[in-house]
Amino acid sequence: MKLLVCICKTPDTTAKISFTNDNTQFDTNNVSFIMNPTDEWYALVRAIEVKEQLGGTVTVITVGQKDLDQIVRKALAIGADNAVRVNAEPTDAYFVAKQIAAHAQGENYDLIFTGKETIDYNGFMVGGMLAELLDLPFVSLANHMEIEGNTATVSRDIEGGVEKLTVDTPFVVSAQKGMAEQRIPNMRGIMMARRKPLKVVEPVAAASLISTKVYELPPERKSVKLVDPENPAELVRLLHEEAKVI
Amino acid sequence: MSVLVYVDHIKGTVKKGTYEAVNYAAKVAESLGGKEVIALALGTTNNDSLAALGTYGASKVLTVNDAAFDTFDSRPIAKVIAEAASANAAEVVVFSHNSSGKALAPRVAVRLEAGLITGASSVPSGDDFTVRRSVFSGKAFADYTINSAIKVLSVNPNSFPLEEGEGTASVEAFSTSVGAGDFKVKVLEVSRSTDTVPLPEAELVVSAGRGLKGPENWGMVEDLATILGATTACSRPVADVGWRPHHEHVGQTGVTVQPNLYIAIGISGAIQHLAGVNNSKVIVVINKDPEAPFFKAADYGIVGDAFEVVPKLIEALKEFKNS
Ligand SMILES: Cc1cc2nc3c(=O)[nH]c(=O)nc-3n(C[C@H](O)[C@H](O)[C@H](O)COP(=O)(O)OP(=O)(O)OC[C@H]3O[C@@H](n4cnc5c(N)ncnc54)[C@H](O)[C@@H]3O)c2cc1C
Ligand SMILES: Nc1ncnc2c1ncn2[C@@H]1O[C@H](COP(=O)(O)O)[C@@H](O)[C@H]1O
Repeated sequence: MKLLVCICKTPDTTAKISFTNDNTQFDTNNVSFIMNPTDEWYALVRAIEVKEQLGGTVTVITVGQKDLDQIVRKALAIGADNAVRVNAEPTDAYFVAKQIAAHAQGENYDLIFTGKETIDYNGFMVGGMLAELLDLPFVSLANHMEIEGNTATVSRDIEGGVEKLTVDTPFVVSAQKGMAEQRIPNMRGIMMARRKPLKVVEPVAAASLISTKVYELPPERKSVKLVDPENPAELVRLLHEEAKVI
Repeated sequence: MSVLVYVDHIKGTVKKGTYEAVNYAAKVAESLGGKEVIALALGTTNNDSLAALGTYGASKVLTVNDAAFDTFDSRPIAKVIAEAASANAAEVVVFSHNSSGKALAPRVAVRLEAGLITGASSVPSGDDFTVRRSVFSGKAFADYTINSAIKVLSVNPNSFPLEEGEGTASVEAFSTSVGAGDFKVKVLEVSRSTDTVPLPEAELVVSAGRGLKGPENWGMVEDLATILGATTACSRPVADVGWRPHHEHVGQTGVTVQPNLYIAIGISGAIQHLAGVNNSKVIVVINKDPEAPFFKAADYGIVGDAFEVVPKLIEALKEFKNS
């Protein structure tokens, strides 16, 4: 199986979010970046498991600048075989999907993984766009996947339940919780990652169809109103009369 | 010229997210100077419930009455939506930002070479079509503009109160080049719990964390949820150790919720958990530790032992419901 995993960076989950340049830019000062958790924990690990079970190669691809190399090396240390970095600042999801599609076009991957979403811009966009650009089926929000021959049986989350389906390779799948368990890279993996190939390619021309105008932090919540633990009826009254939510 | 809305339904029963999307489309149509709002419903549907989309603002519903569309496969469905958009000169295509919309909107955007904004929480404004959405998992908002002629938007659930007006929509068949042969995904089974509202759509949520000590103590959480008509949720460690199912995990790496009321019991309020609940309208925290960070994000709080407070709260609610 020839497998491709799309990975990207996101601010560390504890990062304090602030903006600069008249609130038009995310302030990256003092922010450390990690591999997007759904990409790392679920998409990448499941791809490696599929390779371990059926043989093949796992390629990781990212669209980003040189600072991404460290995150790519981590993916190689966890168990990917080789990596491609498209050397460009991602401007929007469409631009990213175009870059990945341009790489995937001649490569005949059997299976392409993305995470369900990035935890910074929360787009839920790249996977579906990529599938459309490559004219492939797309299984989103997958929480379980088994492969036999060239047929995959997948469960995916839907509102209030689960849908189970089969689809033949090639297809694009977006992974979420349940697909796999996080793997911590070991020393051997980290050493081997240094020698694994990381190819840097230049971007293809692609439009950015949306632009960011301004960011805003949510208003501070008013301070909490405490209710006597012996008198929860007071809470019920406040929720009904003051907050009007019940 | 029109605004097209995709109708998401379960065996003909239209989902609430679709009503929100139709309402939203009507507002977009108005802001563009009064375009027609056309809905598109695929598969086996029921004409009465489709005509009722008129009360939410649609003037016409197009149908493709082919049972092939009763199961979900984003590739052929996106093709039909793009065909309908072209046939009706749609300037804007609207989805609900739910499990179907998350798969379809990006595909349709590519087909139409349209800019896409997912999870929109405001109606487009200004000449540059500015749309607001939540980013950084609820830690901030961003205003985006779309640079393309055609635009695709998906509406964040529970972001707008439903508005019902007068009117019925006409229902017409739409003919498409897409058929059973285009389907590549075979759906084997769909299991859905029918007794509660799905978490992302829920208006009332009762959530509990590690403070509850073990899965055997969830009875009171469920009782509280039942009496309120709320959906249950949990923190990540609780789902990780299997006390509760994964789909209840709320937060930055789980589900994002935006209910009117979020009650958090025995949850400390770690930044990653808060990220998933920040957009709740009212937050109630029950925690025995007065220093728990969640109190800083809460509107109402009770400092106390959940095992004593929650049963009393259930009693108080029973009294309230009976009065
Ligand atoms: C990359 C990353 C992503 C993460 N994503 C998420 C996420 O999406 N969602 C998420 O929830 N977490 C996430 N976490 C984990 C998060 O950091 C916290 O560890 C987690 O939210 C804590 O869960 P908790 O509040 O249930 O447990 P704890 O932090 O253990 O808190 C238990 C609380 O219960 C209270 N308590 C104890 N006994 C009682 C009692 N009898 N009555 C009342 N109160 C009581 C305690 O005072 C305490 O405040 C993530 C972490 C990382 C590193
Ligand atoms: N810059 C990028 N490079 C490679 N893959 C990406 C990039 N951005 C997003 N992705 C992939 O697309 C998924 C969904 O991202 P998004 O649509 O931005 O929420 C992520 O989980 C990644 O797998």
